[in-house]
Amino acid sequence: MTGLTFLIPIALGMGLLGLAAFFWSMKHGQFDDLDGAANRILIDEEDEG
Amino acid sequence: MNAPFAADAGMRDVIDTRLTAPGIRCAGCIGKIERELPKLDGIESARVNFSAKRVAIRHSTALDESDLVDALARIGFEAQPVAANPLAQDDRETKALLRALAVAGFGMMNIMLLSVSVWAGAQGSTRELFHWLSAIIALPVIAYAGRPFFSSAWMAMKYRRTNMDVPISIGIALATGLSLYETLDGGQHAYFDGAVMLLFFLLAGRVLDATMRSRTRAGIGALLSKMGRSTAVIQPDGTTKRLNAEQLAPDMLMLVAAGEALAADGEIVSGTSAIDNSMLTGESTPVGVGAHDKVLAGAVNQMGSLTVRITAVAKDTALAEIARLMDEAGQSRSRYVKIADRAARLYAPLVHSLALAAFIGWILAGAGWHQALVIAISVLIITCPCAMGLAVPAAQVVAAGALGKRGLLVKDGTALERLADIDIALFDKTGTLTMGEPQAELDDLPPDAKAVALGLAQASRHPLSRAITKALLADHFVPAKLDEIKEHPGQGIAAKYLGRSVFLRRDPDAPAGLTSRLTIGEKSWGIRYADHLRPDAAAALRMLGAMGIESRILSGDREQMVAAVADELDSTGEGGATPARKLAVLEALRKEGHYPLMVGDGLNDGPALAAAHASIAPGSASDISQQAADAVFVGDRLMPVALGIKVARRTMSVVRQNFALAVLYNICAVPLALGGLVTPLIAAVAMSLSSLMVVGNSLRLVRVAR
Repeated sequence: MTGLTFLIPIALGMGLLGLAAFFWSMKHGQFDDLDGAANRILIDEEDEG
Repeated sequence: MNAPFAADAGMRDVIDTRLTAPGIRCAGCIGKIERELPKLDGIESARVNFSAKRVAIRHSTALDESDLVDALARIGFEAQPVAANPLAQDDRETKALLRALAVAGFGMMNIMLLSVSVWAGAQGSTRELFHWLSAIIALPVIAYAGRPFFSSAWMAMKYRRTNMDVPISIGIALATGLSLYETLDGGQHAYFDGAVMLLFFLLAGRVLDATMRSRTRAGIGALLSKMGRSTAVIQPDGTTKRLNAEQLAPDMLMLVAAGEALAADGEIVSGTSAIDNSMLTGESTPVGVGAHDKVLAGAVNQMGSLTVRITAVAKDTALAEIARLMDEAGQSRSRYVKIADRAARLYAPLVHSLALAAFIGWILAGAGWHQALVIAISVLIITCPCAMGLAVPAAQVVAAGALGKRGLLVKDGTALERLADIDIALFDKTGTLTMGEPQAELDDLPPDAKAVALGLAQASRHPLSRAITKALLADHFVPAKLDEIKEHPGQGIAAKYLGRSVFLRRDPDAPAGLTSRLTIGEKSWGIRYADHLRPDAAAALRMLGAMGIESRILSGDREQMVAAVADELDSTGEGGATPARKLAVLEALRKEGHYPLMVGDGLNDGPALAAAHASIAPGSASDISQQAADAVFVGDRLMPVALGIKVARRTMSVVRQNFALAVLYNICAVPLALGGLVTPLIAAVAMSLSSLMVVGNSLRLVRVAR
């Protein structure tokens, strides 16, 4: 039973961490251009300085 | 960076401008724009948003929008400035829903984790602890994620109406309240899991719906261009000042630069130019105008600048007359109610009374108020119209997404519902069946003549020059270096090439309009133009025919031109149709019990687009036509129109299947819930399963559009 006192906070904390990561990525425009991100890996990087 | 001073000076007044470029289709396009644009003076950086087909450019204030449009045109992309972001509102709504969904998902997972151990037989203090933890997680989650439903339900109640959100809100509030009471009381059951799971699935449906709307609206917003909404007016003291269209008054003198659209009707005082009336008449050949000619609002000045004395403004213009016709015509369509709303109107009161009946019934039957309440909540949750709510949007989102990939942007759900009804299609000719812009035929010219032609044509904004530029740039020709380039409005362009004089001008010998003559020294060549049919026009009309839809051509263009196209496409045509005539034709068809589809681009098609049962406009159409149309197809091909109807029909049959699934589920589940055999948690699980079935069924639509 004492395990629960650790496990439940850990489970909740990890969930909250995931939620925070999602909010962060949404705020920073990670989902604004999904198709573009998929396409960008195909661009050849020519000596861009 | 090796010129820090200049860079510094440039940094001080950089601004961001957003342009839409519908032609961005591949990774190469992104690379090209982001590499080439910053090489130009004054442009600091460019960033492409591929999904929205937008380019954000950081540039110095020395450049204005038209410079940027030109810069993009030179590397091969047609672009238009974005009007002050009208879509931000929608975007915010979608984001708020997504956040609520994420919070509900988090809450659902954690509460489920705790609930599983309770079901597994946790007893005494452990169970109590878990109930408390669930309550601590659930209360903020429900308060946050439930807001979209609570506020909508509150609004509905305030105006004494009811909608889908009212039973949902009551169900969630009751379940939460009862669970809280149980927790405080140290009771056996808490239903936080059911309440949060319900929220999660409902939000998933809402997010799908909102994503579809905002995505297609962004697509259409990307195509909308700006039109003569402001103009430069010459003040009595000789200076000019920009005024909005509403501020104009008759007898003002407006200065219309080349490329601008007229904001009011008027009479030319000085200047000569060619005017493109295609917005008003659908006729794409520009008309030459000079002093004392009358010009109409909405026409685009193609060449020299004009000084125009205003004769009519705002609601008196020919343009406004068309807008008024459109308004009236649009009324009939706004009466069309979404299937989901019609269902909700019947469904919500039914659910309320059923739950209330269950509560009263069980109390009368001798059950305690607690048990009766649990059963009533189960009924509310199990009949929660989740599957019903998802039945329509899930199918429509999938269909609209698939169509978007094929080049048809559908504005909203009712558009798909109406497209599915179509049994006769009317097409405008210019710009709809045809490409709408003249294409130069340059095969007779030797390569060096083509280089000269490109050099000359690039210097002009005349539509025929643009046609030459476009054709030659597409074949990767490099313009010849010319000196002393001079444009004579209405006549042509002259320049010097390697010491010889060269001209590109209207052909004096050709009978009617569309031929130019390129002269280099002694030699000269004729350049003809033609407005070709879209490459797959015949195939698209055949596909419509195969679906039992008759196609007709209804155009404002001359009778014999229309007849020629009708012959080629094996269809019937009517020419010389005014906007009022088009409306009359539609009205007559409607009276005969047909559901007509109107496909058109010009401003003169606007009223017909608004009046038809459903309407589609090409991406090159005027602003107003795109606003009036239900869907917009982009690119050179007409096939998306036929495909749109095919997919719309399939969508409606999937929607009907979804409703059948949802009703079947309710028929099975409601009696069990009324009988008190279902706990709120099982109700939530069953409801989720039915939602998943509906979503799965809808996903089959992806294959139809292929």
